[in-house]
Amino acid sequence: MTKSDYTNLVKQYSPGSKIAQNCLRAFVVGGAICVVGQLIMNVLLAGGMVRDDASLLTACALIIIAIVLTAMGTYSKIGKFAGAGSAVPITGFANAITAPAIEYKKEGLVMGVGAKLFIVAGPVLVYGAMASVVVGIFYYLFGGGR
Amino acid sequence: MKKIMGKQTVRFANPPTVLAAASIVGPKEGEGPLSEYFDQIAPDITFGTDSWEKAESQLVSDTIQLAVQKAKLRMDDIGFILAGDLLNQSSGSNYGIRACERPFFGLYGACSAIGEGMALGAMLLDGGFAQYVLANASSHYCGAEKTFRFPLELGTQRTPTASWTVTGDGAVVLAAQGNGPFVTAVTAGSIVDMGVTDASNMGAAMAPAAAAVITAHLRDRNLNADYFDAIVTGDLGQVGADLLMALLREEKIDIAKQYDDCGLLIYDREKQDVHAGGSGCGCAAVTFASYLLPQLQTKKINRLLFIPTGALHNVASIQQGETIPAIAHAIAIENRVPASDPPSSTKGAQS
Repeated sequence: MTKSDYTNLVKQYSPGSKIAQNCLRAFVVGGAICVVGQLIMNVLLAGGMVRDDASLLTACALIIIAIVLTAMGTYSKIGKFAGAGSAVPITGFANAITAPAIEYKKEGLVMGVGAKLFIVAGPVLVYGAMASVVVGIFYYLFGGGR
Repeated sequence: MKKIMGKQTVRFANPPTVLAAASIVGPKEGEGPLSEYFDQIAPDITFGTDSWEKAESQLVSDTIQLAVQKAKLRMDDIGFILAGDLLNQSSGSNYGIRACERPFFGLYGACSAIGEGMALGAMLLDGGFAQYVLANASSHYCGAEKTFRFPLELGTQRTPTASWTVTGDGAVVLAAQGNGPFVTAVTAGSIVDMGVTDASNMGAAMAPAAAAVITAHLRDRNLNADYFDAIVTGDLGQVGADLLMALLREEKIDIAKQYDDCGLLIYDREKQDVHAGGSGCGCAAVTFASYLLPQLQTKKINRLLFIPTGALHNVASIQQGETIPAIAHAIAIENRVPASDPPSSTKGAQS
């Protein structure tokens, strides 16, 4: 049997992910996280906070909730159910930072937590920062940024 | 008596006896179908330690002590310890065994470690280099996740082809003399790589290695698959097991009647949510120690072909786009030593 024959055989015997179910769950849970964020924001606005401060505090609140849920071992269960639904929102980013912090705590604060903190989220930061520089240059040149 | 049969099989002039075996597992394995067979089920996956690495070493240390005790020996009686695991530099074994003060060979064959240990151990015994050898293999779910995948608390989804690393250790004591069950022949596998790149589908990567070693064992000993009462692979899981059947059908070998896989025996796949099945060095080791060996000892089966399987990639090789090399070793364990020389034994002499 050639490698390409075997690749086809593997495809035939390997069950695929349940895409429709995963999409639906991601939509529901991702949406629910956004609803929670909106509720927090509305409460803050109703309390008389200005919009900029309220959105900043809402993001902080969601991050703290995600960190607590990660530490409790709950966020990984939500993630298993929701997939991208809990990975894409800001809470997913918080989870991606907190999970390595917990995992590598035993290797110490410097080479453990410090060095491994961004092992999952690092690429998002690196390419996010790079993209923002590129966008900034375009904005400066063509967007009336002067 | 010639000990080399065919291309890659050895048989033993004085087949070693499998004297005793011990198994200790984690809580999840303790909830599985083999629950009643394990020697000990740990209530806590940390094994009373404060890190996953230390937990695995504690598990190794406890299990080998228990195996020696079950064999009614003292640690000093063991000529060699052969052990392997999945942590970097096999540290689970190294730290678990450091207090034993016995000659030690560390092995890396990924999840085939118990097969590698039993094969080499049987050769050491038949060579007259020891009276007793201890083969050991361990894995820890959390340690393996940390080594090969993501931090434990990261909220990710596993693919349907992924397997669940067994938390457990199986230790096997082999003796130069005894009343069986006997390790009668061993076929050491060569590395087989059929181009699988998905580290979440290790069953698919390993199935060709298992098929190759089963075919080689039967060919070298000139046997039909029916000779064995049970043919059991290490940790192919459902995907790998299905692929193995398909590959062997191409070779006109049918093992459906007597086939099973430790990765399918150890968990209830649906209830325990382990996707394709169990995996890890501990998977084959604890299933052999707790379930398969007693089947031989109580004569429920008399001829077992045990085929631990391993995927030999690491994190860097997968990130560099390499395919997954796989290995499998076939260990024949029989209650009676076959009397006559199978005719194929001359083939190796001629070639």
